[in-house]
Amino acid sequence: MKKKLTKTIVYSILILYAVITFIPFLWAILSSFKPLSEIVAADITFFPENFTFNNYLEVFSREPLFLRWMFNSIFITTCMVLLNIFFNSMAGYALARIRFAGRKFWFFLVLLVLMIPFQVTLIPSYLILKELGWLNTYQGLIVPGMVNATFIFMMRQFFINFPKELEEAAQMDGLSRFGTFFRIVMPLAKPALAAQAVFIFMASWNDFMRPLIIMSEEEMFTLTLGLNSFKGQYISFWNLIMAASALMTLPSLLIYAFFNRYFIKGVTFTGGK
Amino acid sequence: MEPARKPTHSKEQRVTPPERKHAKKIKKPAFSKKLKESFSGYLFMSPTIFTIGVFIVIPIIYALFLSFNDVQLLGGTSYQFVGLENYTRFADDKRAIIALKNTAEYVLIVVPIQTFLALLLAAALNSNIKGKNIFRIIFFLPTVTSSAVLTLIFMWMYYPDGLINQFLSFLHLPTYDWLSNPEIALKSIMIMNIWATAPFFMVIYLAAMQDISDSIYEAATIDGANWWQKFIFITVPILKPVTFFVVVMGVIGTFQLFDQSYIFSGGSGGPNNSTLTIVLLIYQYAFRSLDMGYASALAVALAVLIMVVTIIQKKFFGEEKLHD
Repeated sequence: MKKKLTKTIVYSILILYAVITFIPFLWAILSSFKPLSEIVAADITFFPENFTFNNYLEVFSREPLFLRWMFNSIFITTCMVLLNIFFNSMAGYALARIRFAGRKFWFFLVLLVLMIPFQVTLIPSYLILKELGWLNTYQGLIVPGMVNATFIFMMRQFFINFPKELEEAAQMDGLSRFGTFFRIVMPLAKPALAAQAVFIFMASWNDFMRPLIIMSEEEMFTLTLGLNSFKGQYISFWNLIMAASALMTLPSLLIYAFFNRYFIKGVTFTGGK
Repeated sequence: MEPARKPTHSKEQRVTPPERKHAKKIKKPAFSKKLKESFSGYLFMSPTIFTIGVFIVIPIIYALFLSFNDVQLLGGTSYQFVGLENYTRFADDKRAIIALKNTAEYVLIVVPIQTFLALLLAAALNSNIKGKNIFRIIFFLPTVTSSAVLTLIFMWMYYPDGLINQFLSFLHLPTYDWLSNPEIALKSIMIMNIWATAPFFMVIYLAAMQDISDSIYEAATIDGANWWQKFIFITVPILKPVTFFVVVMGVIGTFQLFDQSYIFSGGSGGPNNSTLTIVLLIYQYAFRSLDMGYASALAVALAVLIMVVTIIQKKFFGEEKLHD
């Protein structure tokens, strides 16, 4: 009897919170399928009465740059993910496996970087990028973020527990350090790389502050910035804003759906968002 | 990207260094071999050394330099040394004090609630129930969604005639001017962020709870403890280090509030400075008023504050094992 009561309470908590979590998303999606007349009407409807797909098309016709923003986000995020995967893994591998002079120092530096809040580097980084002529360029956003101390650290931990015999066998067969790394080590590190990729994707795709500072020309906006400026222009057209938001969120949701288990792994590792 | 932090790096100290085995096998490594190792080491490290050097180490030194100067950006950058002036200016800066007050209020309200909620949800999910995965997937949705999108969705729900007010009036509860009432606006952001971040920390709690051995609970069950008693007397005490970690991470995260305030207020921190946070203020000084010296001083002060919190956490709980 008592057990049943506990179970009911537990289920109630979970279902209630699931509803609370889900309703904003549902509301946003449903709004994106409503015509403007329903959005501005005095008494709101939860489900669209005149279901329309038009808002999605209208986002692109009203904001010709929207496609460009999508491209920018996709391009920047793809570069960030690829570069990070390689560079973080290379650094992690070196720190775990290669005995080079100054290894301890570089490892210490990586740990130090982990503790430094990025806001402190924001202003000087902006001035450095300005000096390089990299404001409003892709490299201005990509290069400063092409390595990540958290994931260097994660990869180091991963490689430290990596079976050494495999590498030794590869080296016996005459593979160089580089060859061993790319042909033997990287393919076996796939789960760790996937966790890394998912997190870099999310961080880059959803980043707001760095693009805000580096990209001031509209053509160079990422989707997050574009969305914010779109909101400014069409402030009462919530059907359009919600459609644009849905377009932006769709890739994240797809990745989340496919790589869901890596998320949980990554969260327990990275800790902070 | 925000610097994510690792709760503890103590593990690698316990791992036997791979060097030892290695050293035994090759008694006197040839000089050329050592050189070769160093060369490949630096080859592997070169992208990291370059990026960290140019975009983290130099900027930190540069930020310190800027914070002691009056910076003019018009027609090339010029600096004038002003000593500690940028740091002392804070005390007479009304908006800085408002930003600090807002941020402090935000931290003090959001962190305890989101920590409690995360613990509660994790405990519920960790009990023997069906559909765990579905709940977990739904709970995690806000973490996946960008803060820009979440803020827009909430602004739309917060509209005077929006979903939330309609729901409140349906229940005959008072409605609020969520977006433009200076008394309420910051609380609107708090509600949104608690909603968005609690499930993230839930996952951390959940991972730790799954490490607690079943035998402890079984023993308690034999002694006649109910779910609640087990939760209060077993789960909560065991999870103390995790809670500390979640609180510290929460404090650091909330201290850095920016995106939501910016989008909510269109970058102004309004209405009436009610959503002005420290980071938003730094942004405004640096990129709107182009007062980079003062903005750098504020950023350095914020960084020192956050690092002190991080170091305290590492000092006290560096040795605790939080997860696998």
